Amino acid sequence: MSVLVYTESENGTFKKTAFEVAAYAREIANTMGTSVTAVAINAEDASALADYGVDKTLMVASDKLEKFNAKAYSDVIAQAAKKEDSQVVVISSSANAKYLAPILAVNLEAGYAPNVVALPESTSPFKVKRTAFTNKAFNHTEITTEVKLIGLSKNSFGVKEAQGAGATEDFTPELSADDFGAEVTAVDKVTGKVTIADAEIVVSAGRGLKGPENWGMVEDLADVLGAATACSKPVSDLGWRPHGEHVGQTGKPVASNLYIAIGISGAIQHLAGINASKTKVVINNDPEAPFFKAADYGVVGDAFEVVPQLIEKLKAFKANNA
Amino acid sequence: MASHNSNQTITKRMKILVCISHVPDTTSKINFTEGDTKFDTNGVQFVINPNDEFGLTRAMWFKEKQGASVTVVTVGGADTEPTLRKALAIGADDAIRVDAHPTDGFFVAKQLANVATQGNYDLIIGGRESIDYNGGMVPGMLATLIGANFVNTCISVEVEGNEATAIREIDGGKETIKTTLPLVLGGQKGLVEEKDLRIPNMRGIMMARKKALNVMPAVESAQPTAATAFSKPAPKGDVKLVSPENLDELIDLLHNEAKVI
Ligand SMILES: Cc1cc2nc3c(=O)[nH]c(=O)nc-3n(C[C@H](O)[C@H](O)[C@H](O)COP(=O)(O)OP(=O)(O)OC[C@H]3O[C@@H](n4cnc5c(N)ncnc54)[C@H](O)[C@@H]3O)c2cc1C
Ligand SMILES: Nc1ncnc2c1ncn2[C@@H]1O[C@H](COP(=O)(O)O)[C@@H](O)[C@H]1O
Repeated sequence: MSVLVYTESENGTFKKTAFEVAAYAREIANTMGTSVTAVAINAEDASALADYGVDKTLMVASDKLEKFNAKAYSDVIAQAAKKEDSQVVVISSSANAKYLAPILAVNLEAGYAPNVVALPESTSPFKVKRTAFTNKAFNHTEITTEVKLIGLSKNSFGVKEAQGAGATEDFTPELSADDFGAEVTAVDKVTGKVTIADAEIVVSAGRGLKGPENWGMVEDLADVLGAATACSKPVSDLGWRPHGEHVGQTGKPVASNLYIAIGISGAIQHLAGINASKTKVVINNDPEAPFFKAADYGVVGDAFEVVPQLIEKLKAFKANNA
Repeated sequence: MASHNSNQTITKRMKILVCISHVPDTTSKINFTEGDTKFDTNGVQFVINPNDEFGLTRAMWFKEKQGASVTVVTVGGADTEPTLRKALAIGADDAIRVDAHPTDGFFVAKQLANVATQGNYDLIIGGRESIDYNGGMVPGMLATLIGANFVNTCISVEVEGNEATAIREIDGGKETIKTTLPLVLGGQKGLVEEKDLRIPNMRGIMMARKKALNVMPAVESAQPTAATAFSKPAPKGDVKLVSPENLDELIDLLHNEAKVI
């Protein structure tokens, strides 16, 4: 009966989103009068989960699961859900979670609602609010199956502390050769850099920066803020920045706490992908740029003057607030 | 049999199915009717879902370089046919329309699974997500229903015989995946570049008129989710402008008001 939550980890350590999905699962469990079970794959220590409402963690340790594998991971979660007789399963909106979700939904015969942004509107019938039309609207979805799969949008609930019993239990799922029909042979991941998916702050720049040689100040600003760097679509199409930095409707979605847009006009396709960010700041020399209508704070000015000054002032601010 | 090509390996012609979602153009204003339960199509221009367009263009590459056949499919009403014709004009060989209103991701996956099983496709290319429903679920569900391999957020794919090498975008990088056919992809930009996308030319449009567009009835399916209503985000308050001469104020606002730094 317990609400099952898949708590993702990387190199044995839980990701911040794991705590957010756990806290969210806790709230649902409270409403439904049940407990929260987490399933953790190759995590070193699950004690931190107790602070976010997890009563029990199923600890899965397997060399075979060292690299992410959508089918095998979804199989593990499905087996955990069956063991716990879970009617609600909660996962995050990471690239990996979104990869395994549809497989998991079919395996559990569960209705799947992705991009959910709030606690269920009701649990009987089971209704959730999710984004649709790339953040231009919300879709209020009823899930009618016995098992419900919820993909929680990052930063929509928050990392909320709640006390859970914090027990752990070893769990050995059955894996078959069939689970490994697609195998990761190489991973090419930038290390030591905040990813757009994990970042609290994203610093993004557009064609207003004139050329790739001017990105030094964007990176410096990102460094001061501990932020990830991103860009508009034409910037990646022109090869000024890698494709992985392209955000927007056809690029990566951004749901950070702070999004700073420099020399980006604010085209509808760009805004659609970044609108889920909480606070938006725009720096643009054209007061008519559409981005000003979508932003919380704006500076009308030349990026080449504003950004270097902002970096200096932020450095001073950080030094005083350290 | 002519003897001069007897030692040539006979490679099977790859059969590709491209799943096309018919979606409102990215610039569309999103409104709802009937008490906020239906999307208002009034004045809306429909297009091939951008992620699917990258996949279709990659399929054209397989057609031209490796002799693959390319079928496009959509689950939708007769109103989606111009979108399928556009895909034919870009170069797909034939089209299938499953005659049903796409109500839910699983329902669509179930229809596509039926098409896939009947046509015995080697490679099925869908998009990472549709820009209207944003489910990100149809290709993965389809793959699971038919027991095919699946790679999501796919930015590159090569096929050699029965083997496929795909590159997938992950948070903060990419990874290479080795797998085998049959294979389903959730594709996106990177499968081809923006500049490789094709605008149908006159000849393509003329030829598309003669290509087969087969209409298939829907199969029975569960419908695990239902959109009961739609709503729109609250209108945004006005932007607070800060003078470029006074950036300390911006830092103060971000720290004390927005509490994000
Ligand atoms: C189907 C489709 C999908 C798309 N998907 C995306 C997407 O996912 N993401 C995306 O970003 N775009 C997307 N686009 C493209 C989008 O329509 C815009 O063309 C794009 O976002 C514009 O990028 P930009 O703002 O960097 O460039 P521009 O529109 O050229 O804007 C540059 C801005 O910089 C400002 N500027 C110039 N000089 C300075 C200076 N010295 N200081 C400060 N500001 C300056 C200018 O005033 C201007 O506002 C898509 C388009 C289509 C048709
Ligand atoms: N009605 C449909 N007909 C055909 N393919 C579809 C349909 N809906 C979605 N798809 C495919 O599934 C992908 C993901 O859609 P979605 O799960 O809705 O985000 C799309 O990019 C299409 O390739």
